[in-house]
Amino acid sequence: MFKYLKQLTSLVAMVAVLFTFTTETMAAKKSKTLKNTQKKGFVRCGVSQGLPGFSNADAAGNWTGIDVDVCRAVAAAVLGDANKVKFTPLSAKERFTALTSGEIDILSRNTTWTLSRDADIGLTFVGVNFYDGQGFMVRKSSGITSTSQFKDGISACTNIGTTTELNMRDFFNSKGISYEPVAFEKADEVVAAYDAGRCDTYTTDKSGLAAQRTKMSNPDDHIVLPETVSKEPLGPVVRQGDSVWEDIVRWSLNAMIEAEEYGITSANADSMKTSDNPAVKRLVGAEGELGAAFGLDNEWSLRIIKQVGNYGESYKRNIADTGILPDRGPNELWTKGGILYVPPAR
Amino acid sequence: MNLKLQKIIPQLITVLVVILVFGFFTYNAQINMENRGIDFGYGFLSQESSFDVQFSLIEYDGSHSYFRAYLVGLLNTILVSVIGIIFATILGVIVGVARLSPNYLINQFAAFYVEFFRNIPLLLQIFFWYFAALRALPLPQDAEAIFGVFFLTIKGLYVPAFIWQNFNIFFYSIIAAIISIVIIRFYAQKVQEIQGKQLPVFWISIGLIFTLPLLSFLIGGVDLSFEIPKLKQLATTSFIYEGGLSLPPELIALTLSLSLYTATFIAECVRAGIQGVGKGQKEAAASIGLNPNQVLKLVVMPQALRIIIPPTTNQYLNLTKNSSLAAAIAYPDLVLVFAGTALMQTGKAIEIVSITMLTYLSLSISISILMNWYNKKIAIKEK
Repeated sequence: MFKYLKQLTSLVAMVAVLFTFTTETMAAKKSKTLKNTQKKGFVRCGVSQGLPGFSNADAAGNWTGIDVDVCRAVAAAVLGDANKVKFTPLSAKERFTALTSGEIDILSRNTTWTLSRDADIGLTFVGVNFYDGQGFMVRKSSGITSTSQFKDGISACTNIGTTTELNMRDFFNSKGISYEPVAFEKADEVVAAYDAGRCDTYTTDKSGLAAQRTKMSNPDDHIVLPETVSKEPLGPVVRQGDSVWEDIVRWSLNAMIEAEEYGITSANADSMKTSDNPAVKRLVGAEGELGAAFGLDNEWSLRIIKQVGNYGESYKRNIADTGILPDRGPNELWTKGGILYVPPAR
Repeated sequence: MNLKLQKIIPQLITVLVVILVFGFFTYNAQINMENRGIDFGYGFLSQESSFDVQFSLIEYDGSHSYFRAYLVGLLNTILVSVIGIIFATILGVIVGVARLSPNYLINQFAAFYVEFFRNIPLLLQIFFWYFAALRALPLPQDAEAIFGVFFLTIKGLYVPAFIWQNFNIFFYSIIAAIISIVIIRFYAQKVQEIQGKQLPVFWISIGLIFTLPLLSFLIGGVDLSFEIPKLKQLATTSFIYEGGLSLPPELIALTLSLSLYTATFIAECVRAGIQGVGKGQKEAAASIGLNPNQVLKLVVMPQALRIIIPPTTNQYLNLTKNSSLAAAIAYPDLVLVFAGTALMQTGKAIEIVSITMLTYLSLSISISILMNWYNKKIAIKEK
């Protein structure tokens, strides 16, 4: 009898172990990052150290910008409150390490999507929230109106750790112009050095040039040259290996863009629940079970639209109305001549 | 036996703990990197770097390898450290001696300098010299020539370049001068030991080091001409100087701030060293008829150096390590080029940071060994 009891206990123990094991894997399926975020009560978001229009903090420490809005959208979807975000300002050099080491969960910091970054260093790009290209800024007084007027010996200020540094070399090499690269760690110092006259030209993404121009001691003294020398699709990045979290971030961004496409705004989102269009109804959570796929409720996208607004609202608020780039250019919807085109939310 | 065991056990435990801690971190890093799909390896060092560097002592552009970029950064770090150490030492010794000057104005000025520069954070000083001083410099087209050939502008200091003919003959003449000076010194010492006669070694040395190279010009066919920087227009208001050598303002600002900062500490070491030599020593030296110069050179300095060298070694190490602040003002040192750009372009954080750490460690240890050797040389030799 005693012998059987012993066998029985071990059997029970084994079953118990097996059971806890299976429930554990079921829970783990739900995304570790999502679980941690819900437990902490805020989204950990890496942003720039101050780039007007994209991610910039005001005197009171409130962050605004279209990159900031991506993180706010995720917070609205996951936690129900767009303000539950902890922003970590990062230099270009620190950004990927901060993400891969788990210090932040989303990197939304005007980061160019390239093959080597996507494939090599443990990152996954989830989409594009701004189509950009590298350009050059010069002093108006120099009389330069095109990059074809650049001559041997020109000095160019830029940031280290960016695709800019590589594009700059490609550009000057292809033109056969010798140049002096002056690369700083922080954008503020690049601007200060260029402004002081250290460099003849300042090169970075055109949106960055437009934004930094507002910080110069006399913005009207500088112009951005018309040429675009590279493709710079900027977008949010997550760590590799958590596909549920990746989907949440991707579709939070996509929801903002698709909301604009269907004319859903923060003001009319609630009334859209009774729309005739099933696509609109799905997006405001009145139809379908879209949220369940990533372990969220059905109103995740409604909260994004209500609290953050659609992509057009975000662009207008952060970039157009601040005078950085009033013209949306390629960042217009595909239906209006731009290249913003996202897969359908269904 | 028991005593031996007592001695060994704590050491064994220490070694075990160190191995365990190290092993844990390695394992942890390995697991986490595997989970995130990051490869580990040093193979990237031979890949093409595809970025350019502003200022390099060896031939380099983006078509060279990452290893070459590493060398560029390392050499730039060594360059700024060596120049910084030389200037800091000269200035430090002058200020240290000045602090002990009986002249009130001089010693107060030296004291003010030391207190001012050593109590402001170095990074701030670097920013000051770079941004504040840089803004004050003229644009190339407005620069006034210094002695007709130097141009100090916001884009850097332009100096004439030397153009040599038969440089090797000139070089050999200097080597010959140095060798003959060493032989003469040796001979002079012998003469003094045997006959008690002092030869004017100093003047003979000076004569040799000038005459021999001069002869190489007159009869050796050596010729030297200068290439003076010339203004070149790039656009309506944008100019640079062409020809000659250009020292980037980043290098100038960094050397200046590092030397000014470290010199304050060296000055204090020098002052402490001189004050540490007993008063009786000086009085005794004077009483046997040495003049003040000889007192300083033969009695005070040899003893003071023993006090000065060890803390000064520390300051040399600090200067070398502080040179990594270069990254803030775009001077392409090891941290900016390798632990900055190269790290970003490859994403090999652990590999690059470990190489950089090892490099700084080796640099510091080399300086330590060199200074310890010198310290031993001047230490009291007990016979």
